Amino acid sequence: MSTIEPKTATRLQLPRISARRRTTDRVMRALLAAATMIALVPLVLVIYYLLKEGLGSMTSAGFFTQDPTGSFFGQIGGIRSALLGSLEIVAIAAAIAIPIGIGLAVFLVEYGGKGSKPMRVFANTVRYFVDVMTGVPSIIFGLFIYITLVISHIGGNFAGWKGSVALSLLMLPIVARSTELVLQTVPDTLREAALALGAPRWRVTSRVVLPAALPGIVTGSLLATARALGETAPLLFTVAVANALTFNPSQQMNSMPVQIYNDILSPRSIVNSQAWGLGLTLVLIVLILNLVARGISRKSRSAGS
Amino acid sequence: MVGGGRSVLERSPLHRLPDRLLKWGLTGLAAAILALIAYFFIRLIGQSSGTFGLSFIFGNHWAPQINAYRAAAMLVGTLITSTTAMLIGVPIAVATALYLTELCPRRARTPLSLLVDLLAAVPSVVYGLWGVFFLAPKLLPAERWFANTFSFIPWFGGGAGTIAPTNYFIAGLILAIMILPIVSAVSREVLATVPNEHREASLALGATRWEMIRTAVLPEARPGIVGAAMLGLGRALGETIAVVLVIGDAPDIGKHWFDQGYTYASVIANEFGEATGLHRSALFACGLALFVLTLLVNIVARIFVNRSARGKSYGTGDQGAVAAGAVAQMT
Repeated sequence: MSTIEPKTATRLQLPRISARRRTTDRVMRALLAAATMIALVPLVLVIYYLLKEGLGSMTSAGFFTQDPTGSFFGQIGGIRSALLGSLEIVAIAAAIAIPIGIGLAVFLVEYGGKGSKPMRVFANTVRYFVDVMTGVPSIIFGLFIYITLVISHIGGNFAGWKGSVALSLLMLPIVARSTELVLQTVPDTLREAALALGAPRWRVTSRVVLPAALPGIVTGSLLATARALGETAPLLFTVAVANALTFNPSQQMNSMPVQIYNDILSPRSIVNSQAWGLGLTLVLIVLILNLVARGISRKSRSAGS
Repeated sequence: MVGGGRSVLERSPLHRLPDRLLKWGLTGLAAAILALIAYFFIRLIGQSSGTFGLSFIFGNHWAPQINAYRAAAMLVGTLITSTTAMLIGVPIAVATALYLTELCPRRARTPLSLLVDLLAAVPSVVYGLWGVFFLAPKLLPAERWFANTFSFIPWFGGGAGTIAPTNYFIAGLILAIMILPIVSAVSREVLATVPNEHREASLALGATRWEMIRTAVLPEARPGIVGAAMLGLGRALGETIAVVLVIGDAPDIGKHWFDQGYTYASVIANEFGEATGLHRSALFACGLALFVLTLLVNIVARIFVNRSARGKSYGTGDQGAVAAGAVAQMT
């Protein structure tokens, strides 16, 4: 008993690590930590410059209450039509994409994935193409809508609702995939319990599965909405631009990303600085949506486990 | 689960009607999405048929004023900027993922991951704004020095006088920042599927932390990380607004890394407004080339990510779906 001291025992268990291996370990760990810091530098810089250049323009008189004039001299106006236009275009896009995306996810999880063999093959094909859709550049969705809705002059030339359709194509795979993921985490015992009580499938889905998955679905939908708010390229070919405020989605509308883009291209430096103010506004809205979305998913996760 | 003989408890056909409606309604919806994708693809081919072809892809002469549309400059620009983005962005993204999953103190993990993810929340037009007014002018002296010092290497630009403030390198750098969060997020999900037993076994055998990462974690996660990098490549190829602002928009193949250029996406965004007739058809052809390119890259990326995640019998649930979910949330 007394021959084996605890101290000796520990020393025996620990293999000796040479100085070279120790140094390599330290260096590599430091490099990995440094890379993480480097990754955050752009975020800090972007936010710093947005605040530095944008706060002044954002707090100037009429920034939120006037529409841009778009003229080459004199008053430049504010961003009212861009802010409200963006909110309306994205709201319509969300109204299209979220129900369809949830429907698609319900199909993939509740019907396709649990059905007969040809149904499962079909569901896998759909899932695959939804995945591929997440990788399609947003500008391509803009071209699609241009080809199908703008060239054909359905309801006029460029229109706000056509931009909404383009954005909804972009949001659809995000909503569908994140909803599918949440539906898969709903335990089968819940479904079986409801079915055993005699509930038909559609009631099980609508009264048991979807409510259980609701926080996750809200998170996915908010993230998709935040993404759509910042997209410029699809709007260029579908909504075009306008300076005046309009709530009529069958007309050309203004939007935040497109106005930022046009403000950057402007030769007037005062308009350039308005782009910073508008950029700050847009980033603030998108960041808040992101944080709210993640907060909801975190809360539901800790409540669920 | 359903199927089998008729039981006493089975409902009448009328009661089952809503169920069938929902089932076939949703199936129809899914089929409609597939049909829609196919329809868009066919229409895009139709719109670009006037100009698209081998000489369009590989010929180098883009001059709308004389109706010459050969887009090799766009292909080269797209590839150079994306490669630059991968060379800068992927190592940092993977290192970040490794640090956050393997080394980071538990308390700092969530906030740091959130910050890296927030890089993806900044809209591309804001990156463009920052790139054109801050990054491009601030980096110009550094690029001059770099081009002068390494002018003996081909493609690195000889003579500082020829350096454009907006160029391939700046576009690639902005793209690197934009793909970083997605590559990092997917890599993190992939690393999370490596079983802890492997780490413990490696440490128990006396490996240092880094040796554990190198011998037990990375080999297992490699296919998934390759997939993550390719998903990032897919994004870099198609990014539009940030690139159009910082690449210079010159319809010719640049002479070196710090020269102006064009990409498929940026030529569409820049010229679509004033294009008509054949010019517009050529821009659709650029769109078609970009669409096919990103489609191929994404298909290969999915194969890698899914293979790395599905090959594991341990772990909970469908890991492929977890990785896909990370993508869905980041994109």
